[in-house]
Amino acid sequence: MSEHPGVLERLLSGDVTALARAITWAEAGDARFQRVLSGANERVGKGWRVGVTGPPGAGKSTLVNEMIGAHRAADRTVGVIAVDPSSPFTGGALLGDRIRMDGRSSDGGVFIRSMASRGSRGGIARATVDAVDAMDVFGFQELLVETVGVGQAEYDVVGAADTVLVVLCPGAGDGVQALKAGILEVADVLCVNKADLPGAERLVSDLEEAVELRAVGLRDGWITPVISCSAGKAEGIAEVMSALASHREWLEEGRLREHRSVRRLAQVRRAVAEALDVELWEAAGWRDRASHLLENGKAHYDVVADLINGLRDAVREKTEGSTKER
Amino acid sequence: MSERRIRVLIGKPGLDGHDRGAKTVASVLRDHGMEVIYTGLHQTPAMIAEAAAQEDVDVVGLSILSGAHMQLFPKIRDELTSRGKGDVLLVGGGIIPHDDIDALEADGFAKLFGPGTKTTDIANWIEEEMKTRFEKEGDEV
Ligand SMILES: Nc1nc2c(ncn2[C@@H]2O[C@H](COP(=O)(O)OP(=O)(O)OP(=O)(O)O)[C@@H](O)[C@H]2O)c(=O)[nH]1
Ligand SMILES: [Mg+2]
Repeated sequence: MSEHPGVLERLLSGDVTALARAITWAEAGDARFQRVLSGANERVGKGWRVGVTGPPGAGKSTLVNEMIGAHRAADRTVGVIAVDPSSPFTGGALLGDRIRMDGRSSDGGVFIRSMASRGSRGGIARATVDAVDAMDVFGFQELLVETVGVGQAEYDVVGAADTVLVVLCPGAGDGVQALKAGILEVADVLCVNKADLPGAERLVSDLEEAVELRAVGLRDGWITPVISCSAGKAEGIAEVMSALASHREWLEEGRLREHRSVRRLAQVRRAVAEALDVELWEAAGWRDRASHLLENGKAHYDVVADLINGLRDAVREKTEGSTKER
Repeated sequence: MSERRIRVLIGKPGLDGHDRGAKTVASVLRDHGMEVIYTGLHQTPAMIAEAAAQEDVDVVGLSILSGAHMQLFPKIRDELTSRGKGDVLLVGGGIIPHDDIDALEADGFAKLFGPGTKTTDIANWIEEEMKTRFEKEGDEV
């Protein structure tokens, strides 16, 4: 199958099926994705990217559903990537975020795509950023990424978003746990959902205190707001939206370009690391070498050192060789 | 790094409020390594087809117990076709009489699973069918 009659043209002309297929290619690591998107690189970056993350069951999907509603009410189009975990045992996945956004997608201004994490451990899938790029090129104005429910360390979404919204709720741990999880470092906006439940006020004040303690001199002057809402009752949504809008304004006043280039760089670094892993482990025979060394009784850290030193020497030889040529 | 997984949408059209069957099938398919999207109760044909298009699924499985399958199933097939998803593997299950099974299978449905079908048989059947489809596609690349 070639990409004719022009998946890119179809994508640019508003054909949802073409967008959906491009994302499938991105997920499969199919080279056709890059061929399609590289023709439209200058179109990437028009939409505004918000990453929605937080522990399992905090209400991310429910809130995303309300955010879609708010954007549509203001006549803005919305593209959503909702990531759920793949089973590490079978590779299968039950993608259940979409059910909370029931009925939204029949509206022509909304595109929702469920995505399985497929072994990525950072809260999003390897193809998530590609998929958001594709929605961006398609022309969606508001780009939302819902991560899998995260614990204390999975924050790859930072590299995929202009604004990171962290959703917490009472009962899923206290403020101290949130701090341990490094949430203040990643959150541009903090949202305590399920404000209708006991413990919400306490969580809000814990978080506010922590933000204050940390605020002085940090994050170039952006002080993370703490907002409470009840997504399930559609309460407090306007406040969440306005906090997100403030962060956007703040970035657009000057830092946006730097902000995005830092994040793009992080994305490239991650992609390189993953590609290298495959390249070395499979193609360059590191798997065989490592298992051979282990069988011969080497300690695991010696095996690691052997492999890394070998690589370093090979790179050094190569660069010295090429400087001599010059 | 290339990886192709079978993506399935389980749709529950119509008015009946029983989705245990749909959910059971969804989790069995997941356990067979598929990525399964369940869209919930009371979906209109347009909602199911639109979700299938956005999700670019390979398989759409419809579950119905209300008896309205002869009205709803063909409508969903038409909605899929009008969105360029006419080539999806379309299957269904529920309380469906033999005559209706024959009629639907002659009319765009790949397979209807009657009451009492084992869910693992459904999973195996989809797996086999998709294997040949993926192989065919692979040749075309
Ligand atoms: N009491 C209360 N419950 C809510 C509220 N918002 C969401 N919920 C409930 O919380 C549960 C989880 O909501 P989801 O939106 O699926 O949460 P999630 O963070 O997307 O979950 P995962 O994607 O599985 O990590 C559901 O049962 C919701 O109905 C709220 O404001 N108040
Ligand atoms: Mg969710």
